[in-house]
Amino acid sequence: MWEYTDKLKDHFFNPRNAGEIEEPDGVGEVGSLACGDALKLTFKLDETGKIKDAKFKTFGCASAIATSSVLTEMIKGLPLEEAAKVTNKDIADYLGGLPEQKMHCSVMGREALEAAIENYRSGGKEKHELEGEIVCTCFGVPDKEIERVIRENHLTTVEEVTNYCKAGGGCGGCKGEIEKIIEKIMGGKIEYVPAPAPRRGGKLTNIQKIKLIQQTINEQIRPALRADGGNIELIDVEGNKVIVAFRGMCAQCNLAEFTMRDVVEARLREFVSEELFVEEDKESSKQQDNHKG
Amino acid sequence: MMRTIYFDNNATTKVAEEVAEEMRPLFCELYGNPSSMHTFGGQMGRKIRLAREQAAELLGCEPSEIIFTSCGTESDNAAINGTLAAAPNKRKVITSRVEHPAVLAVCRELENRGYRVVELGVDGQGRLDMEELERQVDDDAALVSIMYANNETGVVFPIEKIAEIVTSRGAIFHTDAVQVVGKMPLDLSKSSIDLLSLSGHKLHAPKGVGILYVRKGTRLSPFMLGGHQEGGRRAGTENVPGIVGLGKACELAARNIEEENNKVKRLRDKLEKAIMEKCPDCRLNGDKENRLPNTSNISFEYIEGEAILLMLDRYGICASSGSACTSGSLEPSHVLRAMGVPFTAAHGSIRFSLSRYNTEEEVDYTIEKVPQIITRLRELSPFVSS
Repeated sequence: MWEYTDKLKDHFFNPRNAGEIEEPDGVGEVGSLACGDALKLTFKLDETGKIKDAKFKTFGCASAIATSSVLTEMIKGLPLEEAAKVTNKDIADYLGGLPEQKMHCSVMGREALEAAIENYRSGGKEKHELEGEIVCTCFGVPDKEIERVIRENHLTTVEEVTNYCKAGGGCGGCKGEIEKIIEKIMGGKIEYVPAPAPRRGGKLTNIQKIKLIQQTINEQIRPALRADGGNIELIDVEGNKVIVAFRGMCAQCNLAEFTMRDVVEARLREFVSEELFVEEDKESSKQQDNHKG
Repeated sequence: MMRTIYFDNNATTKVAEEVAEEMRPLFCELYGNPSSMHTFGGQMGRKIRLAREQAAELLGCEPSEIIFTSCGTESDNAAINGTLAAAPNKRKVITSRVEHPAVLAVCRELENRGYRVVELGVDGQGRLDMEELERQVDDDAALVSIMYANNETGVVFPIEKIAEIVTSRGAIFHTDAVQVVGKMPLDLSKSSIDLLSLSGHKLHAPKGVGILYVRKGTRLSPFMLGGHQEGGRRAGTENVPGIVGLGKACELAARNIEEENNKVKRLRDKLEKAIMEKCPDCRLNGDKENRLPNTSNISFEYIEGEAILLMLDRYGICASSGSACTSGSLEPSHVLRAMGVPFTAAHGSIRFSLSRYNTEEEVDYTIEKVPQIITRLRELSPFVSS
C-alpha cells in the first residue's frame, strides 16, 4: 500500500480540470499505453498571454492522475513564461510529496507541460520529441532527460534515476550507462557511506588475506577514488606489503602519497589487518590503461 | 466503520472462527513445550499429533509424510534445496516461467551453483507447454518444480500427469500447491508427487505456519539443524498454536471442499460474467476450463490497475492487480507477460479471489460498483475518446 498524502488522494478521487479543451492553443502528449502511463495536456491562453484554462487526460495510477490534476491547477492563471518554469519538484511539493517510486509521475507532468508550451510556440506544427540519444530502450528515455532529472533533483544512484524517469526499470541493461551519466554530472558531490566494518576473523591464511584485501579495495576504496575520477588496482601482496597501482586521475595526482596513506592504507588496516603497509608500483601506475581498472 | 468486502483470498484469508477458538487456550493457559518431560508440556505433543493427522486426512497421505514449517516459502525453499543432494550427478532443474518467486528465485539461484535451469513457457491461456516438458525431462534432470495452480490467474496445471512423466524418468517432482489445498480435493496416496508445499494462511489458518509434504522414501536433507523436532529434518520448537490451527483448518477444508467448489464457483462466475457483460473492452486472463473455482483475473483496457484498486478500496472492496504500479516495479506481472498478455492489458489487470465467507450480496454490490469505476477512469483516459 502506498503512502499517499491526503492532498494526493483528494486530487485522485476528485480530479480538477479533467478533459480536453476544444481548439486549444497548446497540446502536450507524453507517455504511452505500453509504458504504463500517459498524459495529454491541453491549454488555452487569454489575450494577455496568461493560461486561461488547462485540462488533462491521464492513463495511469492514482499518483499519475493526481499529479496531472494539480498541474492544471498550478498553471492556470500563470503567464506562459512563468508556467514554463514549473519543475517536477514543484509539482511533487504541491502534493505534499510523492513516494520515491512515484516521482516519475511528477516528471511526466513537467514533460507534458513543456511539450504543450513547445507545441504552442511552434504554432502547433511540431510534435514534441525528446532530445538526445536513447539510453533506456525499454522506456525510451534519452540521455538528455536522464541528465536533467539528475541535475534538477540531485540524484546520486541508478535506483533514484529509475524512480524519477523510469530509465533502467525494464531489462536493466542500461544501468551501467546511467551510472556513467551520474558520475559525469554529480562527480565529486556524491558522498559514499562506507559499509560497517566487518568483524575481524582472527589470523588469516595467505589466501584469505589476499581475498579480503581485494574485497576491501573493491568495496571500500575504489568507490572513494572513483568519485574523483581515479581508480586503483591490486598488483601483488608480499607478506604484509600490499602493492597497488593508481589509475586515471590518481596516477597524475600530486596528492597520491596522501591518498595512499590516508585512504588506502588506513582502510586496509581497518578492514584486514593492522600490520599491512602499502606501496605504489610506480612503473605500473605510469603505464596508463594497460590493465583494466 | 466501513465494511470490508474481501475478494483477495489468494493473498491471504480470514482465520476461521473455529480455528481461532482452537488456538486460543494455547497462548496463556496451555503454553508448554512439547519436548518437555512434564505433563504440562508433554500434552502438547498429542495436539500436534492430531493436527498432523488432520492435515494428512485432507491431503490423503500418511501423517509421517508431513513436516510443519513456518510458511509456503520455507516449504518451497526446503523442497528444492533439500532434495538436490540426493542426485549429485544430475545438473538440470526444470520449472515454469509463471511460478511464485518462492520457487523461481530459488531455482535461479541454483544457476550460481552450476545447475542448468529450464523455465517452461505457457500459452496465451496460461497452459503449460507439455511437449516442451516431455522434451526437457531427460537423464540429467534432477528436479522438476511446477506449481499446482497459478496464484494470479487461477489456472490449474495437469499436475498428476506431469508428476507421472517426471517420476517415471527418475527425476524428483515438487509442486507448490499453496493455492490449491482446501480448494480442490487431493489424494496424494494415489499420486506420483514427491514433494508438495502448502501455506496455512491461504486456507483460513493463521500466518506463520505451512507444510511440506515429503513422500516416504524421498531423500530430503535436514533444513534446520539443532533439534529433534519434525524427525530432525526441521528443528526448532514447534509453533504449537499455528500447527493446531492449521490442523483444524484442514479438518474444516476437508468438510467444506464440496461447498467451496460449488458455492464459491457460482459466486465467482456470477461476478465475472456480470463484469464482463457490463464493461466493454475487457478480457479474461487464463484458461477458463482449468481454473480454481475462486479466482478471476480480468484486464480492463485503457486504464491502470492501481487506480482501479484505489477506487475499489474506497468502497471497501479488496482485490489485487498485476499492474506494475502496485508492486513498485515498472513492469507488469511476470505471469501475464509469460502468457503474452499485451502490456496494455496487463497494466489494467485485476484479480478477484473469493472464499467460502463471501456472500451473494457482496458480489451484487461489487457488480454494481465495478462498471461505475471503470467508466469513471476511462473518462480520464486519453486513449478513450469521449
